[in-house]
Amino acid sequence: MTGSTARVFVPGDAAAVSVGADEVATAFEESGAQVVRNGSRGMLWLEPLVEIETDAGRLGYPNVSPDDVAAVLAGDATGIGVVDDHPWLTSQRRVSFARVGVVDPGSIADYEAHGGWAGLRRALSLSPAEVVQEVTDSGLRGRGGAGFPAGIKWRTVLETASDLKFVACNFDEGDSGTFADRMVVEGDPFTLVEGMVITAHAVGANEGYIYVRSEYPHAVAALRRAIDAAYTHGYLGQDVLGSGLHFDLHVRVGAGAYICGEESSMLESLEGHRGEVRAKPPIPAIKGLWDRPTAVNNVLTFCAVPMILSDPVDGGPGWNTYAALGTGRSRGTQVFQLAGNVKQGGIVELPFGVTLRELVEDYGGGTLSGLPVRAAQVGGPLGAYVPATGFEVPMDYEALTETGAMLGHGGIVVFDETVDMARMARFAMEFCAIESCGKCTPCRIGSTRGVETIDRIIAGQDVAANLVLLDDLCDTMVKGSLCAMGGLTPMPVQSAVKHFPEDFEPSGTEHGTQQSGAPV
Amino acid sequence: MTTASTTDRGELVRAIATQHVSDRGPLMPVLHDVMEELGHIAREDVEAIADVLNLSVAEVHGVVSFYADFRTELPATHTVALCRGEACQSVGAEALYAATLAGASRLGDDVEVAEVFCLGNCALGPSGTLDGRLHGRLSAERLDTLTEGWR
Repeated sequence: MTGSTARVFVPGDAAAVSVGADEVATAFEESGAQVVRNGSRGMLWLEPLVEIETDAGRLGYPNVSPDDVAAVLAGDATGIGVVDDHPWLTSQRRVSFARVGVVDPGSIADYEAHGGWAGLRRALSLSPAEVVQEVTDSGLRGRGGAGFPAGIKWRTVLETASDLKFVACNFDEGDSGTFADRMVVEGDPFTLVEGMVITAHAVGANEGYIYVRSEYPHAVAALRRAIDAAYTHGYLGQDVLGSGLHFDLHVRVGAGAYICGEESSMLESLEGHRGEVRAKPPIPAIKGLWDRPTAVNNVLTFCAVPMILSDPVDGGPGWNTYAALGTGRSRGTQVFQLAGNVKQGGIVELPFGVTLRELVEDYGGGTLSGLPVRAAQVGGPLGAYVPATGFEVPMDYEALTETGAMLGHGGIVVFDETVDMARMARFAMEFCAIESCGKCTPCRIGSTRGVETIDRIIAGQDVAANLVLLDDLCDTMVKGSLCAMGGLTPMPVQSAVKHFPEDFEPSGTEHGTQQSGAPV
Repeated sequence: MTTASTTDRGELVRAIATQHVSDRGPLMPVLHDVMEELGHIAREDVEAIADVLNLSVAEVHGVVSFYADFRTELPATHTVALCRGEACQSVGAEALYAATLAGASRLGDDVEVAEVFCLGNCALGPSGTLDGRLHGRLSAERLDTLTEGWR
């Protein structure tokens, strides 16, 4: 079928590398193949998913090991056909992930050939206020978890007078069950750069920072490479594309603190301080980095911007096409991440409104273990545990909030029936105790008292009274904490108690079988 | 850059800090560079950095002690960091972490077992790093195989 000079795509994505993609890439190179290290298509259960370029399209070969290389090159291996035609992908609506896995993330020419920089070129022909208006009209809301309208935030930065303004990207994706920021940056880093340059133009900023967690070395490398190339080609620097815009972009690496994903804590860390949260007001849009107006957004928020500013998409303005997707006040697409005990984990980008059941069962294929699904935690470690009986909930900001859950950053962690929900509730408090910045009392002390209280419940001591105490403690944390860390830790705890009360009864301690973990 | 064994440590740390002194918010990049060059941040490094960056020793110490990545002692020869995030827990990470912690000496003479909370590999857990390299779908058997060269 193909000779040894075939162009072969072997993902350089960290998830693919974690199951042997580097060794596979080396084996292909040694066979004389021309290897492109693309991003991952997001079908993570198939990694390393190797693709061979042919006249018919890019043919995919799943779970390739170095031993399979000869067979893949000879056309003797069993594949999944043309990857672009795979139903898991064709049924999605990829906007932010349109290029991920397709392009060579190291090639700025490839980015441009796949529609890159069109949004920036058009944005630079508009006034800052016009750009802000289009982002507002698109309905884009912050993808980091809070869901605040991006256009309104940007307008505040634009209208706040200052000799110096900043754009800051929150790439401290610390929520367990989330990896979309990492994958979009590793697979398509120029989209983030473009989104941030457009933002700089829109709000009048000259300096930008991307705060990346240190657990993401592959993403740091991809970003630094992309930023260097963007400078070389005039998309960053003194005079962006001859427009007169001066924008410098820097990468800063975190140092293993979950709390730095909270925006004010991230700003403190960028300034070189302990990652302790700030009281609000003032909001960062008015007083952010070094007390200057700062547009702080999540990676996926910035990555949606180039498409919104491009014109036309599907025959209409980008913002209009974007706003036409979704439901209610949740416009556009959401990048869902299927994780945990799930058979087919990965990236599912769809308009808001898809149900949790469709995601977990149709896309996810149920659990990896093959046992029935018992629960899913939606929205990271601070998100609610949703029982399998509640999976008909549509995935949008408001519908989830109504059920006592939250969308967060779109992570979905699946658990099978062996999960012990009292242990998971305990872990939520333990995690908060480990990662609390310590600034406010409800979070710093409440989390430790929470671990102790749940330990007594698990041990069967005064269960009814301790459940009341736990509820009271959660109430104090929700109402008294400075930020979402202490304020939302009760969400997994209380949802576990509410939906799985049997696990908190004295007999419930026998329920789980997989948790033999080490208490701290 | 020269290595610690051939250069006075204090001079090296001062040189690193000086490289960043005109950056905005230089402390975190300086601490990362010291970690990379020297493997840990010693008390005298804190004093040198504070001096070059015009910060108080307390401020630099406060930052070093806040972040898990900044260590004040040299690491073990080999490090296994296992994820204890919820996604990895759903596929048995707590048991793997407990067993690995209890049996660290089996993996090698000087092995540190650490916990981490999420490596962004949540669909292919349990995840962990071995001397900084990411691995997915870990098990006790897989750890034994991957650490063969350590023994």
